[in-house]
Amino acid sequence: MGYDPNNPMEGRITDLGPHKYDTMMPPIIMENKGKWLYHEILEPGVLLHVSESGAECYTVRVGSPRLISIEHVREMCDIADAHCGGFLRFTTRNNAEFMVDSKEKCDALIADLKSRGNKFPIGGTGACVTNIVHTQGWVHCHTPATDASGPVKAVMDDLFEYFGSMKLPAQVRIALACCLNMCGAVHASDIALLGVHRKPPMIDNDRITGVCELPLAIAACPLGAIKPAKATNSQGEEVKSVKVNAERCMFCGNCYTMCPAMPLADPEGDGMAILVGGKVSNAKSAPKFSKLVVPFLPNNPPRWPEVTEVVRRIVEVYAKDARKYERIGEWAERIGWEKFFEKCDIPFTEKSIDDYRLAYDTWNTTAAFKYTSHTDPYTK
Amino acid sequence: MAKHDTPMLDELEKGPWPSFVTDMKRQAETHPECWDILGQLELSYEDRITHWKHGGIVGVFGYGGGIVGRYSDVPDRFPGVEHFHTVRVNQPAGLYYSTENLRALMDLWDKYGSGMTNMHGSTGDMILLGTRTENLEPLFWDLTHDLGQDLGGSGSNLRTPSCCLGESRCEWACYDTQDICYALTMHYQDEIHRPAFPYKFKFKFSGCANDCVAAIARSDFAVIGTWKDDIQIDQAAVKEYVAGNYPANGGAHKDGDWGPFNLKKEVIDLCPTQCMWMEGDELKIDNSECNRCMHCINVMPRALRPGKEKGATICIGAKAPILDGAQFATMIIPFIEVSKDNEYENIIDVIERIWDWWMEVGKNRERVGETMQRVGLPTFLSVMEVEPIPQHVKEPRSNPYVFWKEEEVPGGFERDIVEFRKRHAA
Repeated sequence: MGYDPNNPMEGRITDLGPHKYDTMMPPIIMENKGKWLYHEILEPGVLLHVSESGAECYTVRVGSPRLISIEHVREMCDIADAHCGGFLRFTTRNNAEFMVDSKEKCDALIADLKSRGNKFPIGGTGACVTNIVHTQGWVHCHTPATDASGPVKAVMDDLFEYFGSMKLPAQVRIALACCLNMCGAVHASDIALLGVHRKPPMIDNDRITGVCELPLAIAACPLGAIKPAKATNSQGEEVKSVKVNAERCMFCGNCYTMCPAMPLADPEGDGMAILVGGKVSNAKSAPKFSKLVVPFLPNNPPRWPEVTEVVRRIVEVYAKDARKYERIGEWAERIGWEKFFEKCDIPFTEKSIDDYRLAYDTWNTTAAFKYTSHTDPYTK
Repeated sequence: MAKHDTPMLDELEKGPWPSFVTDMKRQAETHPECWDILGQLELSYEDRITHWKHGGIVGVFGYGGGIVGRYSDVPDRFPGVEHFHTVRVNQPAGLYYSTENLRALMDLWDKYGSGMTNMHGSTGDMILLGTRTENLEPLFWDLTHDLGQDLGGSGSNLRTPSCCLGESRCEWACYDTQDICYALTMHYQDEIHRPAFPYKFKFKFSGCANDCVAAIARSDFAVIGTWKDDIQIDQAAVKEYVAGNYPANGGAHKDGDWGPFNLKKEVIDLCPTQCMWMEGDELKIDNSECNRCMHCINVMPRALRPGKEKGATICIGAKAPILDGAQFATMIIPFIEVSKDNEYENIIDVIERIWDWWMEVGKNRERVGETMQRVGLPTFLSVMEVEPIPQHVKEPRSNPYVFWKEEEVPGGFERDIVEFRKRHAA
C-alpha cells in the first residue's frame, strides 16, 4: 500500500520528527559521548579525539560542493561501509566526516579517499580556508543577484592550497549569499560574498492585480519608497498599482519577496559585494559583523575572476601581516581599517560609509587615526 | 530530455575543488532531468540572471511548511525542471547518519526526485532539490511510512532546530546539544509544521562559546554552553605545552612558521580579561575575572577544560540584515541549567514566554529581534520577567531619555495648571 490520491488522509502519518541521533552514530561515538578528554589535528583534515577511557576516534574531513548528487552520496556511503562500520556525518560547513577507531583504519580510509580523484579533498581543519557556506543561486532560487555554486567552485579552486593546509594566522570562514535575504547568513564571516542588486524594481502592471497585495508590498519597503498609484496595463486598462521612488531605493529586494510583480534582477545591475572581518566565535573578542569593503563586482560567469582575485588578495595580505590567532576582523581592527584598505590595495569609496540606520555608530569620532595614502592630499 | 551544450559550465569541471557540474553530469545518466538543470543554469550564465519564477505554494496536506515551490520560467526549453520543488527533510541532531538511512533517503529521492541534493541547507535540513508537485504526497507517504522520518520547517514557523555535534565528539560541550535539539524538535512538531508565528523562529544549540553552529548570529533563540565554576587546569599538561611536547591549539597551526609555543604571548597576553598569569611553572587563573571566551581552552585543550558546573547562556534575537540591519542575539539569561532530567522544562518556559508575547505584539514578518528593538530591551526584559543586570548591555546608555513610569515618580503625572499658575505667573 502507498499513497492513495483518492483518499489523501487515509493512513496518513504526521509529526514524526527526525530519527533520534543515537540511532545514527557509530559505536566509537556512542561509547565515548560526553567522555572526550582532548583532541589534536594530526595533519590537515585528520582529527584525533581521545576519550577518558583511552579510546581514540580518528576523523577524516573532506570537502564537498554541497550541491551533490545521490550517486555522490552513495559513494560516501560506500566509503563509510568499507571503513567506518556504516556511519558518517556532515559538518555545519558542508564538509563530510568519516570516523574510525584506529590509526590503521584511518590510513586505509585516507588511501581510499585519495584514490577517488578530486571528489573528496581532505582538509578544512585548523588555520585554513574551510568549505564555503553558501546558498542556491541560479541553481534553484527566485531572488538571487548572483550564482552560488559557480563562484564557490571558482573561489575554492583558487584557494585550494589553503583548504588542505594550516598555515594561516587563524581559520578563515568564507560564506556566500546570493542576495540580501542572506539565507547563507554571511553577516558574520571572515570574508562574505554577497549578491547585490543595483536597479530598482520594475512594476508589472499586467500582473500586479492578480499576484500582489498592494498594502503588503508598500509596507515591505523599509524606506517608504513605495507608494500606491494608478497605472495603465498593456490592455490600456487602469489598474491599482504602486510606484517606486528610485532615489530612496536601497535595492534590498524585500518588495519582490512580497510582490512577484516587482522584479529587480538585471544582468548589468546585479553582481557581488565583498564584506570582511566578521566572526561568530566569542574567543578572544566578541562576535563581529562583516564590513562592506568592495561595494560591487560584476557577475562574470563562469569563474567570477574579479571576485576570486580580490578574495585571494585579502587572504594573502592577511596571511603575511596578521599575528598568530588573529582573525581577519581582529587584524583589521588592530591595524586600523584605513591600513586594511591600503595594505589590501582596495579602493575606499563612499559606499563603505554607512548611511543607513544607526550609521553614526560607525563614523570616526576620534582625532587618533593613522596616516595612509588616503590622507596624502592633506599631508603631501 | 536532451543533453544541452554547456560550454561555460564545462569550465567549472576544471580545477582541484570537486565539481558540481561533473557530479550533475554523472547523475544525468540515470536522471536525465539533470541535463535540464545544467541547461537552464548555462542559460543563466549566458543571461546573468535567474530563470526561476517567483515562489509557488505547494506542500503536503496538513503541513504549512517543509516544501518550497519552484517553477522554471523557460519550461518549454527545459521541461525536466518545469516544476523544481525543494523538499526539506529534518536532519538528525549533529548531522550523523547511518549509511542504511542515508541510502534509503537516496533511494527515495531516486524514485521521486531529480537526483540532486544539498547536504545540508543553511538552517540544517537535508535538502532534496527538485521534484514535481504530483510526487510530493507519494514521497511524503514513503518518507513517513517506510523511513519513519519527517519534513523540516519553512515559512513563518519554528524552523528546524539545529545543533553543533556537542558531547558526541567534542570535549568542550557544556551540555548535550543533540539531546535538547532532538527533544525540543519532537516537543514542537506542531510549531514546525503549521505556521502560526509572525515570522520564522530559529533555535540553535552550541555546546560552547566557540559557537560552531553560529547560534549567536543566526538564531532567534541561541543556547550557548558555558560554566559557572572554575576552568579545570592540569598543571602537568601545562608543563608539556611549555616544553613543546603538546601541539598548541590542538595542532591547528602545524603548517605555519610560528616558532616554538609561547604561553605568555599566545595565551596570557591574548586573554581578553587578562585574568591569567604564571607563578613559577604553574598557570594561575582568576576565575572571577574570566568571561569564558574559550581562547585559552582552545589553545591548550589537554591542559584546560571548561568547569564542572555546566549549563548555558541564552541569547535572543539574531537575524540577517533584512530589513533593519543584521543583529546578533542579545544576552538575556546569563546561566541556565540544561538537563534532560527535567525534560528541559526550564528552557521551554523561557521559549514560551517569548512566543506568548511575540505572537501577540509581533508584526507580520517581524523577527523577534526586531520586535525587541521596536519595544526596547527594558520592555523585553520585563516581558521575560528578567531583572536588568549590567551584563545585558555593552555600556550604559549615553542619552538621558529615560521612559519614567508614572508610578515611579512621587505624586504621579497628573498636576493642576491653575494651582501651578497661582505660584508661577506666566
